[in-house]
Amino acid sequence: MTERSNTKSNYSRRDALRLMAIGGAAGLIAPNLLGKPAFAQNPPASPTGRVVVGFSQEPTVFNPLMPHTECDDAVHFSVFDALVRMDSKGVLQPNLVVEVPSQKNGGISEDGLLWRIRLRDDVRWHDGQPFTAEDVKFTLELITNPKFRAWRTAGHSLVRDLKVVSPTELTWRMEEAFAPYLSFLAETFMVPKHILEKEADPNAAAFNQAPVGTGAFKWAQRIAGDHIELVANADYAGEGPYLERLVFKYIPDMTVLYTQFKSGDIDLVDQAFITADHYGEASKLPDRVVMLERGASVESIYLNLEKPQFKDPAVRQALYAAIDRKAILEGLYYGVHNPTETFMPQNSYYYNPNLPAQEFNIERARQLLDEAGWVPGADGIRVKDGVRLSFANSTTSGNHLREQTQQFLQQTFAEIGVEMTISNLPAAVMWGDFWLKSQFESAISGVTNVIAGDPDVSNRLHTKAIVAKGGKGSNTGQYSNPEVDALLEKGARTFDREERRAIYLRVQEIVRQDLPFLPLFAYANVFGRKEGLEGFEANSNARVASWHAAGWHWKD
Amino acid sequence: MRGFLLNRLSQSLILLLIVSVIGFVVLNLLPGGPLAQFGLDPGMTQDDLDRLKEQLGLNRPLWMQYLDWAWRLLQGDWGHSFRDGAPVLAVIGRHVFATLLLMGTSTAIAIAIGTWIGIRGATHRYSLFDHVATVGAMVALSIPTFWFGLVGIYIFSLRLGWLPAGNMYTIGDGSVLNYLHHLILPSIVLSLVHVAIWSRYMRTATLDAISQDFVKTARAKGLSERRVIMKHVVGNALLPMITLAGVQLPSILTGALVTETVFTWPGMGRLFLDSLGYSDYPVVMGLLMFSAILVILGNLIADIAVAIVDPRIRLG
Repeated sequence: MTERSNTKSNYSRRDALRLMAIGGAAGLIAPNLLGKPAFAQNPPASPTGRVVVGFSQEPTVFNPLMPHTECDDAVHFSVFDALVRMDSKGVLQPNLVVEVPSQKNGGISEDGLLWRIRLRDDVRWHDGQPFTAEDVKFTLELITNPKFRAWRTAGHSLVRDLKVVSPTELTWRMEEAFAPYLSFLAETFMVPKHILEKEADPNAAAFNQAPVGTGAFKWAQRIAGDHIELVANADYAGEGPYLERLVFKYIPDMTVLYTQFKSGDIDLVDQAFITADHYGEASKLPDRVVMLERGASVESIYLNLEKPQFKDPAVRQALYAAIDRKAILEGLYYGVHNPTETFMPQNSYYYNPNLPAQEFNIERARQLLDEAGWVPGADGIRVKDGVRLSFANSTTSGNHLREQTQQFLQQTFAEIGVEMTISNLPAAVMWGDFWLKSQFESAISGVTNVIAGDPDVSNRLHTKAIVAKGGKGSNTGQYSNPEVDALLEKGARTFDREERRAIYLRVQEIVRQDLPFLPLFAYANVFGRKEGLEGFEANSNARVASWHAAGWHWKD
Repeated sequence: MRGFLLNRLSQSLILLLIVSVIGFVVLNLLPGGPLAQFGLDPGMTQDDLDRLKEQLGLNRPLWMQYLDWAWRLLQGDWGHSFRDGAPVLAVIGRHVFATLLLMGTSTAIAIAIGTWIGIRGATHRYSLFDHVATVGAMVALSIPTFWFGLVGIYIFSLRLGWLPAGNMYTIGDGSVLNYLHHLILPSIVLSLVHVAIWSRYMRTATLDAISQDFVKTARAKGLSERRVIMKHVVGNALLPMITLAGVQLPSILTGALVTETVFTWPGMGRLFLDSLGYSDYPVVMGLLMFSAILVILGNLIADIAVAIVDPRIRLG
């Protein structure tokens, strides 16, 4: 286990549990009472100083509604605002709205179909124009415009009869009740109607290269291939900004990125973070704050359940028992990540901590297979009804830690009479049709299952989400369980947090029992920043560390 | 001359056509494609990906995509980047300055030092200087540039702290001095290989010229050795170097893949790598055509220059 006492985060499992308890309580007590989140301690009176944030991928998509990757989110969160924002405790906070709509405050009807949104009246676009309900209507309609190259349309495609009631109020009707939509809105940034409506083709608008938002920072310039510079929006309606300039620097090589963090050229390491193998050294660096924070992704072995060898639950249980997770986590991943039994992020309000813990037990694994009738053949590999217990395992080639994990698993699986061959592919091939259309036999993948903290996982686990069977979604393991389907449908229709919690705790229980995939560990991200940079807060519900740069400031 | 030019131009067009077809087919044969990067996004469905594919025109047959691309290219439309939606020429244009600065500087260093080493090596054949230059050139040619780059960063940036470890300039300081400071290490590292090439070529060319009759005549006339070398040898030895310069010209604009990556230099070489990584076909094709045109132009200019400089060469 990596020595953690040197970190300045004082992170421990107990602290994390405490944090979760506080987060849960805050969620119950204070969703809409907190007002502005108190991120900054003693911020300066006017924006001063500059922060350089390092990325290993280059942000290139500045229209937040177009297809983009995580690193682009950093620009979007700083330049734009969404109607609501998911804070670090998993609680939705008002951003452009006066209050988060709910069934209690009448913003959402009892049946979940009618929505009423009330907007702040003091928000202006960076060019000085007022932000109004027309902008919201325009944004939501643009996403579903068939000519517009929109990112994901889930949830938005259910919106009907959008009506602007007044400049600060609008209503719509949902085709069906869909509770996760509120969270989806936390990742839906508003774009200005007065600029984009004039464009003949919004896909090629000048706006896409020099965005105008309502956010804490204004677009300044982009040096392609190098960095993006934002400047403080002095008229920002929300909290902050306290920095005069915010720079997103692109450093493609992870080692060079870390070297520049060490040398002080960059102040904060964002998405991609500090690699696990550098964690030990990084935490001992002087004048640097290095924190280990739970992330949203879970690394698992995905099994293609339509393959005959994986249809038998005993095989899945035996394979799970034959995984020495402790050795993998500590020997290969420097003890940075955490064991988990579920797909749900561990600091989520909906995380089920009471699932049975996996135990590495080769004897038990053998016994399970013996009892299920899998008999060793002439070559030592087990066979049942003509099916050999043999399969290929795929992941992205070039990821040396995953490759070492595969080699380790290959050996232990062989001890229980299971043959696993390794067949890796480049990332661009692996995550294309091969993954989405379930062409793999088994795969190792780090998957984020939830969007902006919402627990709905229909897209990954509902029978209707199996693309290989004509469904819509990304249930690539082809998992199908009618009870889970029913629970997921109920969860998506339920708006009450407590009721939803009970539903998703049960879903996790069933999935843990069925083992459609074998969880290896929950990712932890290694955040690194210069000492003196305050107001920073990790948020596993956002994909980037720069989700709230508005609250950052340098200590005097 | 006109006949020669027309002939070369028609050959060049056929070459460009072949390059574009091969490039387009090979690029599009790779499985996965530009949308694979969204495959793991939570909430991204196959429906969304199919819709995007259709909007980008990626679901059409390959020949149709090629004809469409080629037709637009002929009209001056190089297409738009899949990554940021910007016109391909604008994307390339954004990276040209960085590459021009780095490659221009290192080429200038390489020509100046390489030429000098080559001439001195030839005029002082088998001297200690010549031996050291020969061995040095062999070392520079056989060791990969990234190794030199990493060693340079380790010694001059991390150990001594004299030079920046990367980047074209310090953010917030756009002064000329700052650019120059950042330019030193990568341009020297990059010029090492080119110095070796130039010095070898120059040495051979100088030796060739020295053995010519007119040199012997010049010496016989009683000219000083320095005058013989400067006036009669170097002038003639530079002729074949024009061809070499022509061949090297495209690389000044297309960049150095490895050096730009090691030194986080935002140039064309890295743009090419990044665009390949994201399967940004329009940009990759744009870069391919851009460098093909440069190679053809470079050779053409070299041929014409040689013809002008040396009237003995008659072009048919």
